[in-house]
Amino acid sequence: MSSDLLDRAPRGGEPPVAAAQPRRRLAVNAGAADRLFRGTARGGGILVLLLMALVGGFLTYRAWLALRTAGFSFITTQEWSPGGGSFGIAAIMVGTILIAIVAIATAVPMALGTALYISEYAPRWLRRTLIAMVDLMAAVPSVVYGLWGFFLLQWRVVGLSRWISDWFGWIPIFKVDGVARHDPLATATAYTSSTFAAGLVVSLMVAPIACSVMREAFGQAPAGEREGAYALGATRWGMIRSVVLPFGRGAVIGGTMLGLGRALGETIAVVMIISPRFVIQPHILQNGTSSVSSLIALRYGESSPFSISALMAAGVSLFVLTLAVNFIAAQVVARSRSGAVSEA
Amino acid sequence: MTTIEQPAAAPGTTTGAGTTTTAASPPATVVPRRPTAPAGQQRRRIGGMRRTDVLAVLGALAAGAATTGVLWTQLGPFTGILGYVVVTWLVTVAWFALLVSFDENRPVVKDRIAAFVVHSLGIVLFGALVFVIIYTFKRGGPALPHLNFYTQDLRSTGPQDALTKGGVLHAIAGTLIELGIALGIAVPLGLLAAVYLHEVPGRFSRFVRTVVEAMTALPDIIAGLFIYATLIIIFHLGPSGLAAGAALGLTILPIIIRAADVVLRLMPGSLKEASYALGSGQWRTTWHVLLPTARSGLATAVILGAARAIGETSPVLLTASATGYINLDPLHGPMMSLPLLAYTLVASPEPNEITRGFGAAAVLLILVLVLFIVARTIGGRAPGDLSGRQIRRRELSSLRTARRFTHHEEHLSTELLSTEEWKEEPR
Repeated sequence: MSSDLLDRAPRGGEPPVAAAQPRRRLAVNAGAADRLFRGTARGGGILVLLLMALVGGFLTYRAWLALRTAGFSFITTQEWSPGGGSFGIAAIMVGTILIAIVAIATAVPMALGTALYISEYAPRWLRRTLIAMVDLMAAVPSVVYGLWGFFLLQWRVVGLSRWISDWFGWIPIFKVDGVARHDPLATATAYTSSTFAAGLVVSLMVAPIACSVMREAFGQAPAGEREGAYALGATRWGMIRSVVLPFGRGAVIGGTMLGLGRALGETIAVVMIISPRFVIQPHILQNGTSSVSSLIALRYGESSPFSISALMAAGVSLFVLTLAVNFIAAQVVARSRSGAVSEA
Repeated sequence: MTTIEQPAAAPGTTTGAGTTTTAASPPATVVPRRPTAPAGQQRRRIGGMRRTDVLAVLGALAAGAATTGVLWTQLGPFTGILGYVVVTWLVTVAWFALLVSFDENRPVVKDRIAAFVVHSLGIVLFGALVFVIIYTFKRGGPALPHLNFYTQDLRSTGPQDALTKGGVLHAIAGTLIELGIALGIAVPLGLLAAVYLHEVPGRFSRFVRTVVEAMTALPDIIAGLFIYATLIIIFHLGPSGLAAGAALGLTILPIIIRAADVVLRLMPGSLKEASYALGSGQWRTTWHVLLPTARSGLATAVILGAARAIGETSPVLLTASATGYINLDPLHGPMMSLPLLAYTLVASPEPNEITRGFGAAAVLLILVLVLFIVARTIGGRAPGDLSGRQIRRRELSSLRTARRFTHHEEHLSTELLSTEEWKEEPR
């Protein structure tokens, strides 16, 4: 915009006479270089858009073959055997969403606490280091988290899982089939490779992403309002509750949704931990579940074109889900007050 | 801490006022008694920790650990360290609330509990990060000191061979080649698109921005699946480094665009306006003002994208099959990379293979750390905020320009005017 207004409108003429002055043309008379530059930039934008559209369009096109055969049963079928003609996303989608929910339920408190700690409690000299550590955590490869989860966490978590299922087993999702309550001889493998363990590992990957979104918004909460709250006698927590959290609410929701989008698509750590099982598994503490991305990672080598296009159908359904989640996240962040300030 | 500590009632106040009244004889007019400045009053402390705060935390921790210990060993059939820690934390919060409530009012108790919870959540997250990194290095440690781990590939190494044989050279080479291809695709396109979003505003570019933002969380496996379905199945490229690099590039493209867009948006507008005011067009402004000013931020965006690309496993899993041979040709044959190697090796039951897998993960972690530190060193500054070296470099270059100008004008003056005064004038 500013370029249009500031363009060299009076090009080389005499200084205009005040009385008979015609209206100045403020429109751009861009030179060849500028036009070329703008054309190139626009071309880059269009190329990126086309690439993104190509990914979506191509996957949908290839998935169509499988979707046409399966019809509506694609949504309701639990098992996955495209060779035998019956396959559907009911089980894997439920597994994906449950893993993401466990991950988000663990990651959001951690992310919120860490974001508040960095922006409100941490001493100033420590702040830059902590921010760098959170960014580093987001950059640690998922296979490293996967290794950690597979070799360490899922065995350590058995005790906690057993305790939860013993005492809260009456809540359906915490039930573990095939193990009696307080059975000291119950095998540990009933609790490993579970949705819960996978979700915990994914939560470590998701938390830094959500945390950095939240921290940025918290840091922008207006100083005047903070001081006002203190002047009215608020404690620090009172100030946070009445100023910082309402200001950053959009970012908290948006960061959560962004993390959810990442959690839905996480592959390697989930593949390493869960043992695939194609029935709807509502018991999050029990061994065996499945997710869309781990299904693709395990089955992409199948030779028949039809099973590949069935995988693509599963991929497209995951894609649609993450796209919806991300769109909602972007909308929430953009509409909130904190988003409006950061736009400026 | 926001709660204000009450100062001990200053003894100076009363004694000071007392001495002034007794000394005076009965006056004609009544002089208003002014309270003299209390001598012994201390400055109020409005921040910092008190001893009771520290003691309350320590006491609550001890009580929490002890209570949970009783629960764990005597009362219930509880097992597992993780469960112990979780329950200890919950019990500690309760004890802490009780302790603080002995000498504070309700808002203060709430404040303390919130501070305790926030601190412990932060510690959990950072502790987890440190723990994950240390665990990887500890498990992979036995493989790392051997030089052959960095100079050999795994072509003739069996699963039961000792750690003094075989290494991850092929995976390091493959990772770097794939990273190069990914950056070669994503960086030019990503920066161009970011400049487009910033320089050509309008409805269409807003649409592009929305799509790019939504694509940021494109599951990496779907990028891999797309490349697998196009390059490998349709164009019969075969699993190769090029396909893997393309998949990685597709994964990080939206990430780089978004990060670069944020950096460009934070640029101070006054610089651009100054450039326009001096009469330069949009292209010159972008090339000579916008991009150089935002360079450190853009470099950070690119390096963080690279750190993401280097660690992605699932696109590589689909597009470049595993191999034990070193392969430097990205067009033909499978190519190994570090995350894929770690993923493949730990599936083996042999302890040496698992150690090698952890070693590969540790090498990968070192690469990521190096990239990250580079990003922090050159980036992380606001536009226009220069490091000492940059300032010196700019000073030198402006000195050179000044010298060139003087030289030029000297030349002109001797040629045209041939007077001596021009030479004396300091420019």
